[in-house]
Amino acid sequence: MLAKVYVTPKKAILDPQGKAIAHSLHALDYPEVSEVRMGKYLEVRLTGLSKQRAEQRVEAMCRRLLANLIIEDFRFEIVEE
Amino acid sequence: MKWGVVTFPGSNDDRDALYCLESVLGQEAVSLWHKDRDLHGVEAIVLPGGFSYGDYLRCGAVARFSPVMSSVMAFARAGGPVLGMCNGFQILCESGLLPGALVRNRSLSFICEWVSVRVETTRTRFTARCAGGACLSLPIKHGAGCYVADETTLKALQDNDQIVFRYVNQDGEALDAANPNGAVQNIAGVTNANGNVVGLMPHPEHAVEALLGGEDGRTLFTSVFA
Repeated sequence: MLAKVYVTPKKAILDPQGKAIAHSLHALDYPEVSEVRMGKYLEVRLTGLSKQRAEQRVEAMCRRLLANLIIEDFRFEIVEE
Repeated sequence: MKWGVVTFPGSNDDRDALYCLESVLGQEAVSLWHKDRDLHGVEAIVLPGGFSYGDYLRCGAVARFSPVMSSVMAFARAGGPVLGMCNGFQILCESGLLPGALVRNRSLSFICEWVSVRVETTRTRFTARCAGGACLSLPIKHGAGCYVADETTLKALQDNDQIVFRYVNQDGEALDAANPNGAVQNIAGVTNANGNVVGLMPHPEHAVEALLGGEDGRTLFTSVFA
């Protein structure tokens, strides 16, 4: 089982990396880009859990370590492999 | 007074902090290993600068769960003085001992320079001997020193007198031009409600000898002396 975890900077938090990437995309002639926010993508492989239990455990992992809720939001999906 | 300086894998200012405390200030100081839960009877703790655990995931996020930190957290909650400088500040925020968080500098550049910070409160264990409103010249060297906190937290910090240092210009004004990293309200350091835990991005341990550029950092340590 695989948890795909997405961690992104909160809307209120300045994201200078995303801004720099957006500038680069503009320089490459993609004027349609209005904003880039850069976050993290993590793949967490899990064994021996039901899907429901996995969801609870990954939620806790995100809250305790994978995301800092002061500055980041997270979402995840659990997929069978 | 017996001090402990924690060494995490990737700490690089731990020796400087020990040197500052022992050789410059004449204190007893021991090194505390990240895997050791025993605090060896220390009366004050320093979390030094560096790149603990390679700054993996977020600065300080992994160090916060190292064995020594559970003892440091208990020590802090019991009122023991704890000072976090640079990466140490990041670890204190990640551990929840201090409010807020530190993110990438708005310039995206690593900054290494001397800055001026104004002492905003003298009620903490580490600023008790500073003059209120005094400006200290201290070095910074960091890539993720931009302090952030939500509006509610900022108001609480203000109301409870928990903002300890602000970046200021040579006239002592906390203007945006004097803000090296984009920190909200020019905040360079904060304390907890009790004033026994202080975190700051500048490095007072690098400013304790005239030969190395200044001695303004000394007061943070001597403030704790009995």
